Amino acid sequence: MADVKPPEIASNIKKKLMYVNRKAPYGTIYALESLEVVLISAAFEQDVSLAFLDDGVYQLMKGQNTSGIGMKNFSPTFKALGDYEIKKLYVEKESLDERGLKPDDLMEISYEDEDEGFAKKPSVRIVNRSELTQIMAQQDVLLNF
Amino acid sequence: MSTLHTVNKSPFERSAFISALNHLGPGDALLMIEDGVVGARKASAFAGLLEKTAKNFSVYVLGPDLAARGMAEKDVIQGARLVDYGGFVDLVTEHDRTQAWL
Repeated sequence: MADVKPPEIASNIKKKLMYVNRKAPYGTIYALESLEVVLISAAFEQDVSLAFLDDGVYQLMKGQNTSGIGMKNFSPTFKALGDYEIKKLYVEKESLDERGLKPDDLMEISYEDEDEGFAKKPSVRIVNRSELTQIMAQQDVLLNF
Repeated sequence: MSTLHTVNKSPFERSAFISALNHLGPGDALLMIEDGVVGARKASAFAGLLEKTAKNFSVYVLGPDLAARGMAEKDVIQGARLVDYGGFVDLVTEHDRTQAWL
């Protein structure tokens, strides 16, 4: 046991965290919980990205109106993620196609690029399945919701 | 750099199993646990797909969960390997990250 070292814990280590969202927004609590955790993790200055695949793509739909179901519409919160330095929202193209959805059906979400005079840039990136698989393979931590 | 993918839901109930298979990368492994073990059953609707997967990726099934559901090694598809809880821990440590498909 002598050569077993304790794990290094340093506050300046930036990890790549990806939140993988696979569920539609209001039928279960997963989507809202994921967003809550994403906002919490933003406070720890990690390299955070979000992936939306399968029914998770429905979380980003334009024009969500929950007034008839007595639940809070949390979709506007996604538009605030840029202010928390969360600029990478990957959406899987195959998941959109399977559901008859197009990129235009999704909310426009942007961030301000401070290196380019705070120009607005899109946060949503449509990627295909193999690209997403590769992006997942670059993460330190994958958290599925 | 490889990922251990765990699936804990039956493919007959949820799409997590299919999604996990669709996102396996080079060197990745699949571990079926809890209700996920029913997807490894020989001659089931998913057997062909999983057998094909097992040719390119390591496929593991958690033995205690299989036993709890009245199954044993002889009941799972060819190419899948049984592990116990210790083996589960080994798999976690052998890969760079774990992705738990829900």
